[in-house]
Amino acid sequence: MRVGFFVTCLVDLMRPSIGFAALKLLESGGADVYVPPGQTCCGQPCYNSGDRADTIALAQKVIAEFEDCDYLVAPSGSCSGMIRTHYGELFADDLAWSARAARLAAKTHELTDFLVNVLKVDRLPGTYRGTVTYHDSCAGLREMGVKTQPRALLGMMDGVRLSEMADSEVCCGFGGTFAVKLGEISSRIADNKCQHIVTSGAEAVVLGDLGCMLNIEGRLRRRGDATKVLHVAEVLAGVMPEGA
Amino acid sequence: MQVASMYFKERAHTKLHDVQLQASLAKFQGKFVPARKSAITELDDFEATRDAAAEIRQRALDDLDVWLTIFDENARARGATVLYAQTPAEINALVLEIARRHGVRKIIKSKSMVSEESGLDHAIEAAGLTVVETDLGEYILQINNYEPPSHIIGPALHKSREEVSDLFAARHGTPRKDAIDELCLEARGVLREHYLAADMGISGGNFFVAETGSVVLVTNEGNATLTTTLPKVHVAISGIEKIVPTLDDVATLMRLLPRSATGQSVSNYVDILTGIKGADEFHGAEHMYFIVVDSGRSAVLGSDVRQALRCIRCGACMNHCPVYQNVGGHAYGWVYPGPIGSVLTPMYVGLEKALDLPYASTMCNQCGVVCPVKIPLPDLQRKLREKEFERNLRPWHERFGLKAWGWLAAHPALYGFVSRIGVRLLHALGDRNGMIHRLPLGGGWTDERDMPAPAGRTFRELYNASVAGRAAR
Repeated sequence: MRVGFFVTCLVDLMRPSIGFAALKLLESGGADVYVPPGQTCCGQPCYNSGDRADTIALAQKVIAEFEDCDYLVAPSGSCSGMIRTHYGELFADDLAWSARAARLAAKTHELTDFLVNVLKVDRLPGTYRGTVTYHDSCAGLREMGVKTQPRALLGMMDGVRLSEMADSEVCCGFGGTFAVKLGEISSRIADNKCQHIVTSGAEAVVLGDLGCMLNIEGRLRRRGDATKVLHVAEVLAGVMPEGA
Repeated sequence: MQVASMYFKERAHTKLHDVQLQASLAKFQGKFVPARKSAITELDDFEATRDAAAEIRQRALDDLDVWLTIFDENARARGATVLYAQTPAEINALVLEIARRHGVRKIIKSKSMVSEESGLDHAIEAAGLTVVETDLGEYILQINNYEPPSHIIGPALHKSREEVSDLFAARHGTPRKDAIDELCLEARGVLREHYLAADMGISGGNFFVAETGSVVLVTNEGNATLTTTLPKVHVAISGIEKIVPTLDDVATLMRLLPRSATGQSVSNYVDILTGIKGADEFHGAEHMYFIVVDSGRSAVLGSDVRQALRCIRCGACMNHCPVYQNVGGHAYGWVYPGPIGSVLTPMYVGLEKALDLPYASTMCNQCGVVCPVKIPLPDLQRKLREKEFERNLRPWHERFGLKAWGWLAAHPALYGFVSRIGVRLLHALGDRNGMIHRLPLGGGWTDERDMPAPAGRTFRELYNASVAGRAAR
């Protein structure tokens, strides 16, 4: 089984530990992982800013890079959601590309969904001790159906206790460029999320999308709160970022 | 209504710091969202009902001209007059013309958001006639110098009980009351006199039913029933898109409308008004007029955001929107706030007058998930973003940044080189905990948040090094 690993631009640039954690999880689950060397971005920033031409160019690049793999897996509900639910619409007027986009969409998975539903892993390489709370990132939840998968995986770890926060399915306020364009509203929404995280009593908030992580961590630290912000792959693989 | 949607960002800033508003918003959030969640479990198959409702609304829109013609014929057959308004100004002109024809001096009105589009109350008063809003929320706003509504089903939900107590005492000249039921009773007493003295009643229209030529009105206060049956003239104003083919279709939609809106299984009153009062009938208006309004709707129908016209005005999208929940409805600057407003306002008043609205969304799609007629709201907001981009309506630095990113990401070798430099520079800006406190050109992010600094090396370079290392061993 050849699994194409789409690291995503944010993980590539900001927090490579998530990428290595995901690789470790995929390999320990028995996948033969291939990392296309020229991969960059799925095109979502352009897509959500109305720049269709650049989105199409980047989508074609991703399709060409991954279509020979049996699966595409990304440590992000947002980027995998872009490929699975939005690529098709980009090529509505182009039969050939539309078919290629649909084929790739059908084999695209978010990481935890792939571990649970395709690899069907029953043990994990990492160990973690502590109480965590899980934030359901929007695209993972509403585009990729990621809800029970990360909780099932965390449940396999002996040392992990899950303490659910209130409104875990409500957006953290990130929204890509929204976080900068309407930063004040974004910060307020993030602050509400932080309040729920703190109230949950968890020592770490765990989630599956780095965009939301940057937003939540940035707001927590500005509030003077030291709650850890970890990607679910980091916890499951036992690969911590530098300094954590 | 005056359009202030150009200033969404500035207005949102004010609203975020309005302590009283924030308290009202917090209260409102705890109400409609959990109420809907529990109400939809009463349906055996909520998702299938949603599918059916979306199909009904889309079917009506796909052959709108045909359904309008059928509605027109059936309404006329029952003695009503059907008029059409192309623009907001035409709505006002038609209402005043009807008032003149029947010698009307005093008008009572139940809630109509379409009449907010045209500023109908102001036009009526400018013509020297009296108009009284009878929906409690709209009445509160009217006596507060026509404050604009902040929500399509709860126009005054931004106001606290204390504010209403003060307002009633000042306007009615009565002792100040604290209890909500006492305030309601006072409004009821005041309004009852107006109902009895009015010559004409104006209502909105939740649905126009093609097969019977009826208008359906959904309320909780019963004010629409009195407004439409006591005066001798009834004028129902609504958009062309509010047509539904049959009463069976209305029944399906009514399973979803109150549940999605307030979380009620059924609203307190549902009026289905068909034709003028017959010779052997006891209730009803002697003269019935429909004003069927286009005012930008046919342009939406011909655009790629046409699904927005399925809207049945339940308000669930705004109730569940994290942006609306934090800034309230006034920030949006026109009649329709929240996600549906972010699509309709630019289409009705012009995209160049509402540039921020398609961006007033985190794209979280909670609105799309709760919409009872399955309007893909984030997709429609994105369509408008595409129009802004194509028409060069975005600021140059934004366009430049996007183009630069798109170009760089399409050139992997250069991307690798530039990103390796970039992450090192940004890494150096982080403090000892790896937080950047102030990001040049990124104040939108760092004014109220830190930015976690990049680790300093990219995944690609670390991965390549590890692969090369493995190969060398």
